[in-house]
Amino acid sequence: MSRRRVGLTGNEAVALAWKQIRPHVVAAYPITPATQIVERFSEYVAQGEVDTEFVAAESEHSALSACVGAAAAGARVLTATASQGLALMHEVLYIASGLRLPIVMNVANRALSAPINIHGDHSDTMGSRDAGWVQIYARSVQDAYDRTLLAVWVAERARLPVMVCLDGFTLTHSLEPLEVYPDEAVQAFLGEGPPDGYTLLGGEPITVGPLALPDSYMEFRRALAAAMERVPEVLEEGVRAFRAHFGQDLPPLVDARGTEDAEVALVVLGSYADAVEQAALRARVRGQRAGFVRVVTFRPFPAAPLREALRGVRDVVVLERADTLSGLGGPLGVEVRAALYDLEVRPRFTDVIFGLGGRELRDEELDGLLRAGPPGGVVYLGVEGSRVLEPA
Amino acid sequence: MATDWQALDRGPVIPGGSSVAYRTGDWRQERPVLDLQRCVHCMLCWLYCPDSAIRVAGGRVVEVDYDHCKGCGVCAAVCPPRASAIRMVPEGSA
Repeated sequence: MSRRRVGLTGNEAVALAWKQIRPHVVAAYPITPATQIVERFSEYVAQGEVDTEFVAAESEHSALSACVGAAAAGARVLTATASQGLALMHEVLYIASGLRLPIVMNVANRALSAPINIHGDHSDTMGSRDAGWVQIYARSVQDAYDRTLLAVWVAERARLPVMVCLDGFTLTHSLEPLEVYPDEAVQAFLGEGPPDGYTLLGGEPITVGPLALPDSYMEFRRALAAAMERVPEVLEEGVRAFRAHFGQDLPPLVDARGTEDAEVALVVLGSYADAVEQAALRARVRGQRAGFVRVVTFRPFPAAPLREALRGVRDVVVLERADTLSGLGGPLGVEVRAALYDLEVRPRFTDVIFGLGGRELRDEELDGLLRAGPPGGVVYLGVEGSRVLEPA
Repeated sequence: MATDWQALDRGPVIPGGSSVAYRTGDWRQERPVLDLQRCVHCMLCWLYCPDSAIRVAGGRVVEVDYDHCKGCGVCAAVCPPRASAIRMVPEGSA
C-alpha cells in the first residue's frame, strides 16, 4: 500500500479523514478550536471532492439533532465541536446513544467557561463521560487521523456513537507529519455505510424512540450498558482490521510502557502522553524505575487492562486536565483509583491536575514531581499551596 | 410482564403507526360536540387538531374521533364565530 507523507495540522488531518470516510451527512456548527475541521471539509464539498449532504446548522444543539435524524435514516454521519458547543449538545448526546446511532464526532478539547478560555483541557468531554458515547483520546495528529477512521468502523459495529477527542491547539493547530492512506484503502476498510443501520426511509414505517415507561425503560438502559460492555471486543476486532488494511498498530484501550518493574507509574490521557512518557524515560536514566500508561479509550473505562498494567506498582500518579470539583480530584483519577480498589495490594495514589485552560506542563515540573516523590492526595500542579486532599 | 432486555439490542424501535392503538381519548375532561347543521366545512378544526382527531371525507367534516381526541378545545377555539359549530361540554354530561 502506498502511503503519502504530508504535513498537516490535527484539524486538517481530521477533515482529510472525513473526506476519505465519505459520510452521507455532516451537520455542524463552528467553534474554536474545532472550526477548521468543518471549514476545510465544507471546501471539499464545495469543490465536489466528496458527495456529502452538508448542513450548516444554527447551533450545536441543532447540528447534533440533524445528525440524529440522518443516522436514524441509515446514513453515515459525522460532526465536530468543542467546549461550549459540546455542552450545548448535551441533551442530544443521550438521545444519540439511547437510540443506538453510530454517529462519529471529533471533539477539539477546550476548557469551559467561566472564565472564558479557548485553550485545551478535558473539561468538555469529561462532562459527557456518562452520556453513553465511546470516548477515544488521540495522542498525535497521526493518531487523531487513524482513530477517526477506526471510530467509524467501531461505531457502525457496536451501534454506538463515538467521540474522538484531540487536544485543542496542542493537536488541532499543530503541524505534524502525517502518513495518509490511499482513498481506496479507506473505502475498502469502511465500506459504503452502516452495514446494519436503521431504515427510517425504508419500505416499512418504524417509530424510532417511542415512550418507554417504568415497565421497559430500565431494560433499554440495561441493553445500552451491555452494548458498552461489548465495545472492548469490537475495538480489538477493529484494530485487527485496521492493521490488515493499513499496516498500522493501534493500542485499543491502554498503552503501557515499562510498568512491569515500575515503582512509580504515570497515567495520562491525550496529547501530553509524549511529555509524560519522556519524563518516565528520564527518570529511568536517573535510576528511578518509572512506568508510563496512556489511557486511549476512556469510555468504556478500561479497568481490567489498567489493573493488569498497574499491579505491583508502589506509586500510581494520574496526571489529568480536568477536575470533578468534588474534593476527590479529577475524573480520570477517581476512576483509576476505583479500578485499583480490587487489587490485593493497593498502590499509593496521587492525582495531579495540570494544564487547565491550556497552561503548559513543563518538563521541570514533571521531573521535580518524580524527584521529590509523589506526595499522595490531590495536587494542582504549579499552583502554590494547592493540595486539597491529604494522603490517607 | 417483564421485558427481556437482551432482546432490545436494536434500541427503542417499534413498528410505525402504533399510536393508533393508544386510545388517548380517555384523558379527556371536556368533549367537543360538533353541530353539522352549523358547520361550514372550512377545515380549520381539521388543520389545527394536534391529534388528527377530526375525521373528514370528500372535503367535508364528518365527525370527531373520540378514541384519540384529548379534549384540548383548539377546534372550538378556531371554529369561525359565525358558525360556532363546536361546543366543549364536560365529560359525563349530555
